Amino acid sequence: MDWTALALSLRLGVVTVALLLPAAFLLARWLAYGRFRGRGFVEALVALPLVLPPTVVGFYLLVAFGQGSWLGVAAASLLGHPLVFSFEGLVLASLLVNLPFAVQPMQNALAAIPPSIRDAARCCGLSPASTVRRIELPLALPGIATAAVLTFAHTLGEFGVVLMVGGSIPGETRTMAIAIYDRVQAFDEPAAAAMASLLLVVAVAALGITNTLARRAARRE
Amino acid sequence: MSGRTGLLVRLKRSAPFALDVAFEAPAGAVTALFGPSGSGKTTVLRAIAGLQAVDAAEVSCDGATWQSTTQRIELPAHRRPVGFVFQDYGLFPHLTVRQQLELPMGHRPADARRARVTELLAVTRLQELADRRPAALSGGQQQRVAIARALARDPAVLLLDEPFAAVDWALRESLRHELISLQRRLALTVVLVTHDFDDVTKLASHLVVLDRGEVRAAGTIEELTARNAIEGIGERHDPGVALDGQVIGQLPERQLTVVGADAMQFEIPAIAAAVGAAVRIRLAARDVILARHRPEGLSLHNVLEARVLAVQPAPNEALRMVHLQAGTCRVLSLVTADAVRSLGLAPGVPVLALVKAVAVEAFA
Repeated sequence: MDWTALALSLRLGVVTVALLLPAAFLLARWLAYGRFRGRGFVEALVALPLVLPPTVVGFYLLVAFGQGSWLGVAAASLLGHPLVFSFEGLVLASLLVNLPFAVQPMQNALAAIPPSIRDAARCCGLSPASTVRRIELPLALPGIATAAVLTFAHTLGEFGVVLMVGGSIPGETRTMAIAIYDRVQAFDEPAAAAMASLLLVVAVAALGITNTLARRAARRE
Repeated sequence: MSGRTGLLVRLKRSAPFALDVAFEAPAGAVTALFGPSGSGKTTVLRAIAGLQAVDAAEVSCDGATWQSTTQRIELPAHRRPVGFVFQDYGLFPHLTVRQQLELPMGHRPADARRARVTELLAVTRLQELADRRPAALSGGQQQRVAIARALARDPAVLLLDEPFAAVDWALRESLRHELISLQRRLALTVVLVTHDFDDVTKLASHLVVLDRGEVRAAGTIEELTARNAIEGIGERHDPGVALDGQVIGQLPERQLTVVGADAMQFEIPAIAAAVGAAVRIRLAARDVILARHRPEGLSLHNVLEARVLAVQPAPNEALRMVHLQAGTCRVLSLVTADAVRSLGLAPGVPVLALVKAVAVEAFA
C-alpha cells in the first residue's frame, strides 16, 4: 500500500471539492436561471470532459500548462516552478475535468425549484443574496452533496489526465490510480489489489451516498 | 391608517402580447381582476409585485411610488411591501409553518417577530400546525399558510392569484368566508385575480374586467352588476345585481334572517351571522318576478317597491332585461317580451319586484 499516494489522492480530492464547489454553484445557478443566448454552447462546454478521452484532455492541458503558453509562463513565474508535473497543475486539471460532475447535479437541483418558490422569496422581502442563502442553498442541498461526492470520487479515480499532466512523481503527482498502475507494471499484484479494493470501496460508498441523497430529495417533494 | 389611498396601476407592454391597463384598487377594499385565461390578469398582478418586467409602468401605493418609468423609479420586488399568494402557494418545502411566517419579517426587530408569528398563527387558525412542513398540510391549510405568510410582510396590498383554483368546490366556499372575514377585520387592500365570477360577486367590492390585455369595464360591483351585460364578460355570466348589506335581525322562530341593503329589506333562509355583520347578496335577474299589484297567498317573503328605469333587449330574443330603481339601488329582472307587453312595462312605471327568500344568494 502506497500511503503517500493515498494521502496525495485525498488531498487532491479535498482541495478540488473545496475550490470547485463554490464556483460551480455560481455557474450552475447561471445555467439554471439565466436567460441568455448561447446557453446550449456553455452547457456543451461544461460537459466536454465527459465525452473527450482523458488522454485528449490531458494532452491539451499539457500544452496549455507548458512553457509555450501564456498560462504556463504566468503560472511558472507565480509559483516559481512549472505548472506541469506539479501538484498545483494537477489541481487545475482536476478542477477542469470535474466541471460536469460538479455543475450538472447542482444545475438540476436548482432548476427543480418551482419558480413560484423563488418569486415567493422575493415577495417575502429577501434580497437576491438572502434568497440564495435561505432558499436556494437548502433546497439544492442534495444536489450540492451529490456534486461533492461525485467530484471527490472522480478525482480519486482519475488516471489519464493525471498521467499526462502530472506524470508520477511520489508525493507530488503520484495519486492512487497512478500508483496502482505502477505496481502492476512492477508485477506487485498484492499492493495493486489492496489499493484497487480501497478505491472500489470509496466508489461504492460514493454511489451509496448519492443515491441516499437523491431519494431524500425525492421524498421531500 | 392615515394616508391610505390605495393602489394606482398603469402598465404598458407590447410583447409577447399587448398589455395596456390602468386601474385603481381602493384602500381597504377587495378589487377583482376578472377575465378569461390569456387576458393578462396574472401578468398585471406580477408586474405590481415587481416580478414581471413591462415596457412602461406607473405603480404607486398609499402615496409611495413603487415604479415609474417617467421618473425612472423601479423598486425591486423584495423592496415592495406586497403580500403575494401564488396560485400554487409557493410555500418553502424545507421550512415549518412557523419558519415560513418568520422569514418575511426582516423589517421587524428580531425580538418582535415571535409575538407577531403567534398572532398570525391565531388569526389564520394555524396554531396546531406551527411545526409542520407544507408536505404535511392539506390544500386548505396550505392556503392559510400562504395567506399568513403574505400578511407577515405587513403588506400595503395583498395580491391573490387565483387563490381558490387549486381547491375543490366545497372547500372553496369556506376559504372564501375565511378570506373575506380576515379582509374585513384587518381592513386589507386586496387585489384578487380570478376567472370565477362567483369570487367576484361574493368577495369583491370593485371589479376590473380584463380581456386581451385591455380593461373592458371597471367600477364598483353594484354599478357593474346593475348593467345589462358587463363588457368583456358576455354571456358567461348570469346577470344579477350584487349588493352590500348587513344583517339587521334574526328571526329564529321562523328560521329566517333579515338583511338590509340600502332602503330594502330581505328575508332570507337563516344564515349564521351576527346582527350588524356585513352580507353580500345577489339577486339573479331570472329570479326577480315583476307584478303591478301586491299578490296574496304566495310563498313569498320579499316584495320590493320599484320603478322601471329601462327595458332593454336580452341575448335571447324572446326575453327583455328590465332595469329597476328600488330606493337608491338598481335591480335587474329578466322577463319575457310577452310579460313586458301584458304588464305595460315602460320607463317610469311603478312595479313590485318579487323575490323568493331562497333566491336571495347571501354570502356573509
